[in-house]
Amino acid sequence: MRKSTFTIASQRLIAANTYELSLCGDTEGLDVPGRFVNIRVDGFYLRRPISVCDCRPGYLTLIYKAVGAGTEKLSRMEEGEALDLLTGLGNGYDLSVAGSEPLLIGGGAGVPPMYLLAKKLTEQGKHVTAILGFNTSEEVFYEEAFRELGACVIVATADGSRGVKGFVTDAMEGIAYSYFYTCGPGPMLKAVYDRSVTEGQFSFEERMGCGFGACVGCTCRTKYGNKRICRDGPVLTKEEIVW
Amino acid sequence: MVNTSVTLCGIPMDNPVIPASGTFGFGYEFADWYDINILGTFSFKGTTREPRYGNPTPRIAEAPSGMLNAVGLQNPGIDAVISEELPKLRKVFRKPVMANISGFSEEEYAYNCARIDKEEQVGWIEVNISCPNVHNGGMSFGTDPASALAVTKAVKAVTTKPVIMKLSPNVTDIASVAKACEEGGADGVSLINTLMGLRLDLKRRRPILANVTGGLSGPAVFPVALRMVWQVYEAVSIPVIGLGGVSSAEDVIEMMLAGATAVQVGAANLVDPYACKTIIEDLPKVMEKLNIRSLEEIIGGAH
Repeated sequence: MRKSTFTIASQRLIAANTYELSLCGDTEGLDVPGRFVNIRVDGFYLRRPISVCDCRPGYLTLIYKAVGAGTEKLSRMEEGEALDLLTGLGNGYDLSVAGSEPLLIGGGAGVPPMYLLAKKLTEQGKHVTAILGFNTSEEVFYEEAFRELGACVIVATADGSRGVKGFVTDAMEGIAYSYFYTCGPGPMLKAVYDRSVTEGQFSFEERMGCGFGACVGCTCRTKYGNKRICRDGPVLTKEEIVW
Repeated sequence: MVNTSVTLCGIPMDNPVIPASGTFGFGYEFADWYDINILGTFSFKGTTREPRYGNPTPRIAEAPSGMLNAVGLQNPGIDAVISEELPKLRKVFRKPVMANISGFSEEEYAYNCARIDKEEQVGWIEVNISCPNVHNGGMSFGTDPASALAVTKAVKAVTTKPVIMKLSPNVTDIASVAKACEEGGADGVSLINTLMGLRLDLKRRRPILANVTGGLSGPAVFPVALRMVWQVYEAVSIPVIGLGGVSSAEDVIEMMLAGATAVQVGAANLVDPYACKTIIEDLPKVMEKLNIRSLEEIIGGAH
């Protein structure tokens, strides 16, 4: 965990209300898929937690949806502007249990952390399948980027305007996998939990105060006691989750 | 050279800066960011007799220049605090700590305080009679002078260490509650706890917080807190700890001029883990700029 200033290298709209923000700065501790940063936006008190989409030394890519006043303000920031970040937050995914054919399931704003995960797993020579779920075709992003990593990509849209019609769980039909990793809205995670046939890891979202474990604003119950989504998570294993 | 040290209820502190309960865990979380021995002390997470999960989530919401929280006193219970949290704290913090104690009855307050009073590392006991986020406890004791007096007496009867009563701003006359605590034998008072607030989600047309209401903290409440510290300083002769939206060395000095002997920093720790470190480093510079040689000399200086 550290606090440092990043500079915006670029920002672009890549899908409906969805922005790709590239930052330059100290990326120490960020090269772990599933971790997040907590961004201070001028004019707002609490920071905005955003998961890491991609990271290479000195460069960080975040993808976020402008859903409220804070993220809308962030989306209007431009190249060269500075941002105050807390970095290296959260536990991240455990890649050591992936097996040979891991399945990655991302829904909407849960797709970005799957990218760094897919990158790491394909680098390890794993045969990665990625299911990317969105509401409509206008929201789809990074389909090609996942393919370029060498992953087998299946897009699902709820309205059927692109790829499989339905939810990510419909796209799971008939796919063989050794293990799975998922990130997305709560109802999607629950559906994946019920539909999945192997062990797996889930990344959860919650409103946070601090992002580093101090305020216990984001507590959840698990089989092994209370956990803080920000510090003990955001990744929980299937086996420990209490719905 | 300026002198930042103060004495709080007979215990000397290197500086008056105290992270507030509920924003600093049991300390060791912040030891990952900096050496917490630079602090005056800190007030640990509010502790009850039984372990508490707290309220359902969402527990946190944004507010103009601040935040709402409705954590609801999540804590591992006094047994685990004594057997697990304090030993972990001891490894990273060498100073006397302020123990923050809560309860749901006079008898529970007394039990918890008697237990924590025996812990060597505890310097002060801060009794929270002002939590707005639990039902039938906490704040209900701090909104009525007679109840505040009764809890103070019950706690003082079973403790040897300085007892500081933490007061609620959600009252008509905070000075009368402070006076009741003084009459009950309190060694000090700390104020303010959070102000009860509400935010709605416009898309869902529902409260953002699962608990509906939450406590407002952050810079938004600073002038309210300062006014109440001013009023309480005039009403009692025991030391006052000022808190509520303190975010800078200047805020610390303003609180002390209004009557605070020491100052707690709450929400600021959550948005900047280095908030207290920065304040402590800035204090001597700001003192020099304002021609303050010793912080003790300015307590209540604006009256």
